[in-house]
Amino acid sequence: MGKTIAEKIFSTHCKKDVYANDLVIAEIDYIMAHDGNGPLAIDIFRKMGGEKVFDPGKVAFVLDHYVPSPNENVTRIHDTIRNFAKEHNCQLYEVGEGICHQIMMEKGNIQPGGLIVGSDSHTCTYGALNAFGTGTGSTDFAAAMLTGKLWFKVPETVLINLSGKPVPGVYAKDVILYIASLVKADGATYQAMEFTGDYVTAMNMDGRFTFSNMAVEMGAKAGLFEFDDYTRDWFERHGINLENEPVKSDGDAGYSLMIQVNAGEVVPMIAKPHTVDNVSPITDVLDTPINQAYLGTCTNGRFSDLEIAHRILKGKKIHKNTRMFVAPASRKVYLEAIKVGIIEDMVEAGAIIIPPGCGCCVGACNGIPGDGEKVISTANRNFKGRMGNSKAEIYLASPATVAASALFGRITDPRTLL
Amino acid sequence: MKGRVHKLGDDINTDYIIAGKNKRDTYDPQVIAKHLFEDLDPTLYPRIKKGDIIVAGKNFGCGSSREAAPSVIQAAGISAIIAKSFGRIFFRNAINIGLPVLECDTSGIEDGDELEVDFSKGVIINHRKRTTLPAKKPPQAILSIFREGGLVNYLRNHKQFEFELE
Ligand code: SF4
Repeated sequence: MGKTIAEKIFSTHCKKDVYANDLVIAEIDYIMAHDGNGPLAIDIFRKMGGEKVFDPGKVAFVLDHYVPSPNENVTRIHDTIRNFAKEHNCQLYEVGEGICHQIMMEKGNIQPGGLIVGSDSHTCTYGALNAFGTGTGSTDFAAAMLTGKLWFKVPETVLINLSGKPVPGVYAKDVILYIASLVKADGATYQAMEFTGDYVTAMNMDGRFTFSNMAVEMGAKAGLFEFDDYTRDWFERHGINLENEPVKSDGDAGYSLMIQVNAGEVVPMIAKPHTVDNVSPITDVLDTPINQAYLGTCTNGRFSDLEIAHRILKGKKIHKNTRMFVAPASRKVYLEAIKVGIIEDMVEAGAIIIPPGCGCCVGACNGIPGDGEKVISTANRNFKGRMGNSKAEIYLASPATVAASALFGRITDPRTLL
Repeated sequence: MKGRVHKLGDDINTDYIIAGKNKRDTYDPQVIAKHLFEDLDPTLYPRIKKGDIIVAGKNFGCGSSREAAPSVIQAAGISAIIAKSFGRIFFRNAINIGLPVLECDTSGIEDGDELEVDFSKGVIINHRKRTTLPAKKPPQAILSIFREGGLVNYLRNHKQFEFELE
């Protein structure tokens, strides 16, 4: 019987033919933790009797959630990670390098066909690079660090087939929010997603990262793409050698569900408070006043996201009632944006640039919204309290919609500014 | 295990269980337990007694990978969680820390019911309603982690994954 991408990746990582719903113990290619969950993982590793990590070259820690440290407790948490990484000779990416997922990919730690676990639910972002990345908690992370392995149930796969041509003013984020409205927040629970179709093959890598990143918002374990010329080009541009064979699904692979989407009919979409599947076309929420706009996160903080927002903000002034925060996903993204003048124009327009990292996404520092305030954000989650204040309301949208809304101080359709 | 039910709805996410901001300064679940379910229902935590059971709808624990979510529930004294379905990472995390999680149709269970749960058999008895509910029986791999009180003890004892896979 044919195999899905997920079944193939698990088969190579447990060295036998496995299919959906098999329980397996698989070898992990790379493991990553950040400052949000890392210290607990380190504690648990010690409690497991861990003395040495299984392979220091395959373990990385990233300081990205609470950066720069807002108080001495967080500094202590950062130091715990720094000390552990040093003691065990693991890779450490310091404050200011960027968001863990962006760093993992840019630094060449992710190979196509690989199996990666991270102490973060958005580890599924690596699916765009044809790798099975999946999130785990701290105990799983510690177990992987100790043994180089973890138990898994090989997931079934939901196939999303996208047709249609890209429409000006409508971006990958709009399409994935639309898909979330169809699949719902739990529609792909315990399963993997595969994205395919004409629309997908024409999509740039940053758009694919946005898609894969949001897979977990539908409950999925991974959000997978096939490897193609765009992927190859991405690896080349980042100076990363390909060490692994990419993985393709077989024509006769078995899927739990197939969904057809005509992406050419999708309009700018908004996820309204407080769930990601509470999605409607932007026309339903136009003119909602906005107090804070956030451009960044592992969903939409990459160069092309900044570029899209820049086109809208350049030479204009952000509305006086709106604060706009921008957090580039990595130092590399930040530098590229500086070099082409994007950052300068954004600062001129009134945006506040915060260091590469998670910024205000998870509500621990860098711009907590006030009581009753409305936020428009390019992030992946709008749960109540997500940004640090349960009395704030979060709307999720594309970088273009966020920039347009910042400009007018209310939710604005970016198509009117093209 | 036996306990009184606190009934919750669908899609209770990890930010509702414990908001990210509360775990910024410490990861000790005992210390942050007082913030459990704070944004969902601030009156819930003070009502929880040791041994109580959480019963929820679909997709309980969706969202973040934070292990603090099941750890804080465990630290608050909850003995088991029963839901129609769970967020995948939450489910793993709960098993790994030795907190029983079972899937079953929870529509007939109400706030205040008394449940008796046999985790390894996947059987739930509702004493107040005098009903028995079948739950999805956990696979052997999960039970072997569970029998030793979670993955920490399991790996301390075995050093490697050694359980039989079906
Ligand atoms: S940017 Fe937000 S969603 Fe992404 S890893 Fe950071 S906190 Fe998580």
